[in-house]
Amino acid sequence: MTQDDLTIADPKMRAEGVNVFYGDKQAINDVSIDVGTDLVTAFIGPSGCGKSTFLRSLNRMNDTVASAKVTGRIELDGEDIYAPSMDVVQLRARVGMVFQKPNPFPKSIYDNVGYGPRIHGLAPSKADLDVIVERALVRAGLWDEVKDRLLESGTALSGGQQQRLCIARAIAVDPEVILMDEPCSALDPIATAKIEELIHELRGKFAIVIVTHNMQQAARVSQRTAFFHLGTLVEYGKTTDIFTNPKQERTKDYITGRYG
Amino acid sequence: MTFNAAALLLLIAGLALIGWIAGRQRSNLVAGRAGTKLHSRPQYHGWYVALWLFAPAALFLAVWSSVSPGLITNEVLANEAAQSLPSFGFERGAILSDARSVALGKQDAVRLPAAAPLVQPYADAAYKYAWIGIAAMLALALAGGLYAFTRIKPDFRARTRVERTVMAFLLLASLVAILTTFGIVLSLLFESIRFFQLVSPMELLFGTNWAPQSGAPVDDTFGGIPLFWGTVLIGAIIAMIVAIPIGMMTAVYLTQYAAPVVRRWVKPILEILAGVPTVVYGYFAALTVAPALREFAVMLGIPNASTESALAAGIVMGVMIIPFVSSMADDSINAVPQAMRDGSLALGATPNETIRQVLIPAALPGVMGGILLAVSRAIGETMIVVMAAGLSANLTANPFASVTTVTAQIVKLLTGDQEFDSAKTLAAFALGLVLFVVTLLLNIAALRIVKKYREAYE
Repeated sequence: MTQDDLTIADPKMRAEGVNVFYGDKQAINDVSIDVGTDLVTAFIGPSGCGKSTFLRSLNRMNDTVASAKVTGRIELDGEDIYAPSMDVVQLRARVGMVFQKPNPFPKSIYDNVGYGPRIHGLAPSKADLDVIVERALVRAGLWDEVKDRLLESGTALSGGQQQRLCIARAIAVDPEVILMDEPCSALDPIATAKIEELIHELRGKFAIVIVTHNMQQAARVSQRTAFFHLGTLVEYGKTTDIFTNPKQERTKDYITGRYG
Repeated sequence: MTFNAAALLLLIAGLALIGWIAGRQRSNLVAGRAGTKLHSRPQYHGWYVALWLFAPAALFLAVWSSVSPGLITNEVLANEAAQSLPSFGFERGAILSDARSVALGKQDAVRLPAAAPLVQPYADAAYKYAWIGIAAMLALALAGGLYAFTRIKPDFRARTRVERTVMAFLLLASLVAILTTFGIVLSLLFESIRFFQLVSPMELLFGTNWAPQSGAPVDDTFGGIPLFWGTVLIGAIIAMIVAIPIGMMTAVYLTQYAAPVVRRWVKPILEILAGVPTVVYGYFAALTVAPALREFAVMLGIPNASTESALAAGIVMGVMIIPFVSSMADDSINAVPQAMRDGSLALGATPNETIRQVLIPAALPGVMGGILLAVSRAIGETMIVVMAAGLSANLTANPFASVTTVTAQIVKLLTGDQEFDSAKTLAAFALGLVLFVVTLLLNIAALRIVKKYREAYE
């Protein structure tokens, strides 16, 4: 099996018949999708189509919203993540997340990256932590820019650097999946290009799911694309197929800019 | 005929109403005659006339009400019947006030025989000044009204003028509090200067013996250190040891864990607690907490355990401050963006780790500002310490001993029969000034910190 086959024999994450409700309102309606281990999967669709909501149900971030309710089955390596036996704290260590707006903690760059490894006890000694922090920053392509000022506040960095710091922070705990919720929507084109480059480099090391507004971005960074509309998954397939030869009329209309 | 300010105010209000109607009518008329559209709607012209009619006359009324009694008295004193008045202030004042009461019809007959010849001159003068006042007021009202009335033209911008006048009134209202504070500071300052002419500021600020006595100041009896220490011990140390942890934990629970229903109930209850009169806390401290603490201290074998203790006052004051600290901490924690919380939770941190390592550090500047404000409130608090901390100026670190505070001493110095020019009484003003300056500085520091912190997240 090559990674460009549409069928995914051994998916990292699998969702089956997922519904998400906010109070009485249904935000996601019967979505089933597989996320491949070595692939970048992009979720596209107009605003309010539920793509971010669905993303947040993959690491149970919706739990923080009191009125949210998820039904159906979501698996990580075949294990139901909504099962009572699942420890949500451990789950989020395995499924990391990068948010729309860079949200570094008001701590030093070092402490931002070291935060996750510290709380999970990944670094028994200061030397271990130094190694972890450096490795994460190198992988996030930020090391050269910040190695001389690791003790400065993370909030003093530029927007693009902050977002790469947040990516470094997420990969420092060595997750299996990284969810990115419109990671470039608050960044300028140059910073966006750097993040996209970074996503290319991270592919294969982590399963990546990215929500984006920007269709060109989805086409550039992903191998699989899922098109959401009004809370349903309209079409899911190879990115090249979705953009050149969509099967659904709605997908085609969106891709060609008829709405959205 | 007397000068009745309330009735006159009603009179000019009535005139203003007439002016309003007339101004409105006229604006319509003028516009109709010119055949053009008015710049401002007719009622604005009405308001413009009414304001011009009312405001200068009312202002004059206020000024005249305060200066005319003096003018009347001067006139009476110039009368030859007043030449036989005693020159001593108190008796002279009594005779004059007796004559005034009869002249103004508040009293049927004079009580002091010496006042009898003054009644007629008093009545004459009052009559004369009442007429002068009323005439001047009416003249002003009419002049103002007429001025405004003649300015009504279709293109006259009455609306803008009225708007500006309203703004001026609002400005005046907002200045009242500021000017009052300014006046308070000045009066404190003048009395304090009088005190410092008798006792050196160094003694008050750095002396360690506090035993003020009436009469001439004795050396080394106005040392404020025991009071300052008592204030700090109760308000800034014991009260904060109680209020900071409990207030913080309350805020953390309410912002992070409490179900919306719980929050909806607990928050208002806490706010009500902040409104309980401090004298109620004072009873609680003096009647319940202090005796219990004394028994406890005796049981432990601590010497000098008093029924009036710093600990009792401090603990109850801390309880009083809890809602204050929790509400400030609540605001600060809520001001930390949700994104911080999400970022931490998404890394697999527990809610508890998130609060301790992300939210509280991020909220800390705001919380610090809140704590400074709380300290400034605690050291200015009076009732609890008067009732529970005692009045003996001990310089001790034993929390079970009786200590006293700046506020408690001010109360002690100013209650009872006191002549207002002894060093003892004046000391109260100097202490008040010290307290005012310290709380002012604390508040300024706190507000600056809070403001800076707010900017960091906006």
